[in-house]
Amino acid sequence: MLGNVYKWIVKDMIETNDLSKQFNNEFWAVDGVSLRVQPGQILALLGQNGAGKTTTVRMLTALLSPTRGWARVGGYDITKNPQEVRSNVGVLTEQHGLYMRMTGEEYLDFFGEVYDLDPKTRKLRSNYLLEYFGLAEYAHRRSGEYSKGMKQKLALARALMHDPSVLLLDEPTSAMDPESAQLVRNEISRLRSSQRTIIICTHNLAEAEALADRIAIIYRGKVLLNGTLDELKRDVLGPVEYEARFAEEFDAGDLDLPPGVTLAGRSATSLRFRIEAPQIVNPKLVHALTSRNAPLVSFQEVPRKLEHVYLKTMADAQGVPYAA
Amino acid sequence: MRRNLRVIWMVARREFIDQFRDWRIIVPMLLLVTLFPFIADDTTRQAVNFMNRFGGDLILDNLVPFVVLVIGFFPLSFTLVVALESFVGEKERGTIEPLLSSPLEDRHMYFGKLLVGITTPLVFSYASIGIYLFLVSRRAVEFPSGYMLALILLLTFAHAVLMVSSAIVISVQATTIRAANLLASFVVVPVAFLLQGETVLIFWGNEDVLWFAIVGVTLLAGLLVRLGLSHFRREYLLGREIDTINIKWVWRTFRNRFAGNARSISEWYRKELPITLRQLRQPLMIVVGLAFVAGIVSYMWVVMNVPAYFDLTPDRITEIRTFVAGNLTNLDTLGERLPAPILFYHNARTTVAFLLLGLVSFGTLGLTLFLVNMALVGGVLGAASLVGFSPWVVFAVGVLPHGIFELSAVFLATAAMLKTGAQLVTPQADKSLGEMLLVSLADWFRVFVGIALPLLAVAAVIEIYITPILIKLAIS
Repeated sequence: MLGNVYKWIVKDMIETNDLSKQFNNEFWAVDGVSLRVQPGQILALLGQNGAGKTTTVRMLTALLSPTRGWARVGGYDITKNPQEVRSNVGVLTEQHGLYMRMTGEEYLDFFGEVYDLDPKTRKLRSNYLLEYFGLAEYAHRRSGEYSKGMKQKLALARALMHDPSVLLLDEPTSAMDPESAQLVRNEISRLRSSQRTIIICTHNLAEAEALADRIAIIYRGKVLLNGTLDELKRDVLGPVEYEARFAEEFDAGDLDLPPGVTLAGRSATSLRFRIEAPQIVNPKLVHALTSRNAPLVSFQEVPRKLEHVYLKTMADAQGVPYAA
Repeated sequence: MRRNLRVIWMVARREFIDQFRDWRIIVPMLLLVTLFPFIADDTTRQAVNFMNRFGGDLILDNLVPFVVLVIGFFPLSFTLVVALESFVGEKERGTIEPLLSSPLEDRHMYFGKLLVGITTPLVFSYASIGIYLFLVSRRAVEFPSGYMLALILLLTFAHAVLMVSSAIVISVQATTIRAANLLASFVVVPVAFLLQGETVLIFWGNEDVLWFAIVGVTLLAGLLVRLGLSHFRREYLLGREIDTINIKWVWRTFRNRFAGNARSISEWYRKELPITLRQLRQPLMIVVGLAFVAGIVSYMWVVMNVPAYFDLTPDRITEIRTFVAGNLTNLDTLGERLPAPILFYHNARTTVAFLLLGLVSFGTLGLTLFLVNMALVGGVLGAASLVGFSPWVVFAVGVLPHGIFELSAVFLATAAMLKTGAQLVTPQADKSLGEMLLVSLADWFRVFVGIALPLLAVAAVIEIYITPILIKLAIS
């Protein structure tokens, strides 16, 4: 209840400040993580294995207490109100964690009971989720007989069983076939549009790019980058580049470039420009080219993927050259 | 309360479902329950025939209760399997994390799993006992009394709680079933010894003596339940991924606690040791109080019961007094026969033995051994008074001179041991069991090295070189 009220009053459903965790008084698994995620937002946590993503998620689930800093999830302090935090969070753990001798239906019913749902609601929710994830046909089979993808879907259904306002998903589509992965991504998108707050830990950069509103890259427990995809691209890879392709050789010569545009590269049939403010400059640049009778075939942004951002960030962090 | 029970049952119910669908648990249990009573019945028949041929009524009378105890114990060995499966198994398979991420409280999970760990093997155990008793009832063998059977059933229950609670403590420490199985020998071996001790009680004691075993096992089981509960925390369960020995960390934790902030030995004595001693005030009061009670009770028991056993007539008393007086010269060569360093070593070893026993029993066995020693002092004084010596004089010349040092050392070390045991079963939010153990040990070593050893050294010198002179002066 308080979580729902909080959602309307406060912007951030997940808020961490200097969140840190040290193990054995020597190893900092998470070191000074400060994040904010609003209702209806998806944050993708990216990083190598052992970077601190799982420890961060475990702290946000009030499974581990922070050594330093604090965090609030759904308005509840993870240290002071751990029970309330857990009630409001749905977690998909790194391992699916299914009880192999329980049927899918029994499993969801058990977790519904754990989250204090009444029998009628449990039945409704479990039927809906089994149906949605295409598991209804196998509801009475023991989960040990499920395929990897089915297990993952059942685990996700478990995380959604109590309809939580915050979802922490660790590799939600791993081991899934493309159709199932698409189904899960659609569900995540649907949850976002119903104002759920979601954190996804993933190694699947394409998925993060497709789903996330914000992206945070963690390296050795520290957040190296945190922002929207566009912000990260601009910060890491520099201004946007546009490429003009020509039907035949075109000598740009003393082409008069508008302010805010620099020539980044050229070939006989193409020119590449680095542009600070494309919305303002691009029309002028296209005009400049066409007024010189350039045989323009296409003028488009050079695709820059999250993968480039991630790899360059990691290369910089490790002090090794980044080969694009 | 009702909600707590409902949640505990919810956790337990799921475990029951899981368990009863696992043939690896159910099939061997069923085999044990159904086959073993028949084997035991046949063994009983053969033993009875053997005894009838060669005599041995005492053993024969108690044979059936003994077999009942053993038969009840076999299915209980599954408590370890069930408990380890339920805790470490869940950890290893990763099924515990979704459960820990839920709003369930730690104690609900703990008691739910404890309930399952105890119930299934116990039901099988009682079923096995039932089958055996049915078979026995058809033979011409003396059927154990209802009272004896009730005691054995109670003892079997206490065994189940003891083993499950021990297994849970192990499970919390281990991260793999393999590691947990290796650690389980720390449960199986002591419980096997315990069973042997109880067998002795059944064969050579009377029925009522079994109460000592029941109370002892229940007490230990209760302490283990508390220990398990205090360390069954999400943080601890998920904070460790692999079982590695970090010697550096172990040494650093111990050293930091032992040395504290002191930069020199004198500073350590002035600043650090008093902190530990202040913390010992309460256990020290308990130890001194119990020592006093043990001494008095033992003194009174000897004074009231020994004369009847030994027929202490005036002639016999004179004979003993003459014997004692005649042997006083032996005290002159005490230093040669028992050099002070050997006595010091012996006393130091005894103090360490208190600690070791205390560690495996959360203070109870260490305290018991200590009280036995104090009872010996009371008994000796009682015996002295029976043969006409003043117990006050004997105490003043035979105990007090070195006892001021020795008893002080032993009292303090025992109090530190008791505190160690108590700390282990006390919930500590920020410390693991290992860390808690290291810190407690460091505290004990502070007292042992800083106070007990020097006092024991002084006491040994006095006991060998001064006490004998005082005894001779007083008695001759």
